[in-house]
Amino acid sequence: MTEYTLERRDVVHRILKERGDAAVVTGIGNASHDVASAGDDPLNMYLFGVMGGAVMTAFGIALAQPDRRVMVITGDGELLAGIGSLATVGVEKPKNLSIVVIDNQAYGATGGQLTHTAAGVDLVGIAAASGIPRTALIEDESVLESAIKDIYQGEGPYFAVVKVVAVAAPRVHVPNDGTLTARRFRQAVSGKVG
Amino acid sequence: MAEQTGWSDEVFSILRAAGVAQVAYVPDAGHKQLINRCIADNKIKHVPLTTEEEGVALLGGAWLGGERGALLMQSSGVGNIINMLSVSNECRFPLLMIVTMRGEWGEFNPWQLPMGQATQPTLEAMGVIVLRADAPEDVPETVAAAAKLSFEAGRMVAVLIGQKVIGFKNWDK
Amino acid sequence: MADSSDIVLDRRDVVSRILAARGDALLVTGLGAPTWDAAAVGDHPNNFYLWGGMGGAVPTALGLALAQPDRRILVLTGDGEMLMGIGSLATVAIQKPENLAIGIIDNQHYGETGMQETATAHGVDLAAMAKGAGFGLTATVRTEDDLVAAIPLIFDAPGPVFFDIKVTAVDQPMTLPEKDGLAIKHRFRAELLGDTAQK
Repeated sequence: MTEYTLERRDVVHRILKERGDAAVVTGIGNASHDVASAGDDPLNMYLFGVMGGAVMTAFGIALAQPDRRVMVITGDGELLAGIGSLATVGVEKPKNLSIVVIDNQAYGATGGQLTHTAAGVDLVGIAAASGIPRTALIEDESVLESAIKDIYQGEGPYFAVVKVVAVAAPRVHVPNDGTLTARRFRQAVSGKVG
Repeated sequence: MAEQTGWSDEVFSILRAAGVAQVAYVPDAGHKQLINRCIADNKIKHVPLTTEEEGVALLGGAWLGGERGALLMQSSGVGNIINMLSVSNECRFPLLMIVTMRGEWGEFNPWQLPMGQATQPTLEAMGVIVLRADAPEDVPETVAAAAKLSFEAGRMVAVLIGQKVIGFKNWDK
Repeated sequence: MADSSDIVLDRRDVVSRILAARGDALLVTGLGAPTWDAAAVGDHPNNFYLWGGMGGAVPTALGLALAQPDRRILVLTGDGEMLMGIGSLATVAIQKPENLAIGIIDNQHYGETGMQETATAHGVDLAAMAKGAGFGLTATVRTEDDLVAAIPLIFDAPGPVFFDIKVTAVDQPMTLPEKDGLAIKHRFRAELLGDTAQK
């Protein structure tokens, strides 16, 4: 297996540094911790409990808020549990949606069992096959730097897999009261209080 | 089937009047007319799904983004959404579902029976409020009540349109 | 994306020719039109017809392939059914079942619910999805020549193999096989397992 060098926290912090007023949805598990560790933000919607819903949740937001960039940061296992959503997104092609998969090739929250990507499943290939027009595989620093622009600008949907080393990063507190974070987010993006 | 067309058109008007902006669906024969109305209307974003589970997550996102939506599916598809309902439940997202029933009234295909019979209890086990309409004339009013309950009280609500309304599946092509 | 005018193959002809070459291959059919296609060719105790559980045809075939490594397993299903279980391609790929072949009878529409278009009518490429998942042999079959080349590979190439076969979206006669799942199961297992089916 290839030895990857990028570290997940560095990657996510680097990406979020440029976020501007982009909304971010996090897939359950490591991705939520990565995003929260960069600092809580009302424009973050942290998902918990159920795998497979991150891309579609972000898609619903993107449809409702066409003038705002919406980004999903999730893991390979979470994405695989809802992999058909790439086809659904590929058909509709929302211009303001970017999907970033932090791929450590393992199910982090359940003991590090290898996921399908460790055995050769190619998520970028699946995204392209699903009709997503802009895709990238990011394995090192220089490619990451040039991809940052694509994540936030240019017509989406955009899909990138970032291969990172499979080491655990420190768990941080992630707000998990969905009733709170959901309403906080909704107010931040739409102005609606209830 | 003029009756079926009638309630579909009324339901469409009710959804528009309730401010529904996103309609997600896996195609279903019972919803054919309603789906076509949604596709034809340029104020509604219609999202065909590869599986119904996607629709539950999509509509959570819609609400997060400030919009209302509805999920159209057949009773067999309800089996595909159960775990994702946890998210709607936990975040207290409004969720309006309109379900055409199989496996109950004159059902031809035995494989539709398990999920058809389990639709109401499984939805209720997940905290969804279930309303039924078993006559065509009851469908629009029931959907209107469900929409109001869902959007104004912030709850998950499903309207089950009885198989008696849709009629027997026509196997004579 | 295939313009529908580019699509020429007839589904009944395709399935009939594939099954003519089946030998002792076991067949799983996805719900709806592919099941009717197989029934139109003729009932067979090595056929397992699905009438429900949309999205489950490929996983069912995988389980069968793992249980019967010395038999060729063919699953014929539709594009809508495959899409509803699309993640199963990754699940199959990492198991690398050499005896499994997947054939999609892809008419780009949901046949049972009013012929609404599926995602394959809008640019989603199932063969490329299978390739992304890690299948070694994948192809989109559009022409007579493509079909002639594909049929021996369906049954003899080391699997898992995946063929997306584009067919026209015309109505076909409804030929219904047995729908009693218990009867189908018992017959299939008796044929496959003989006396050991009782255990």
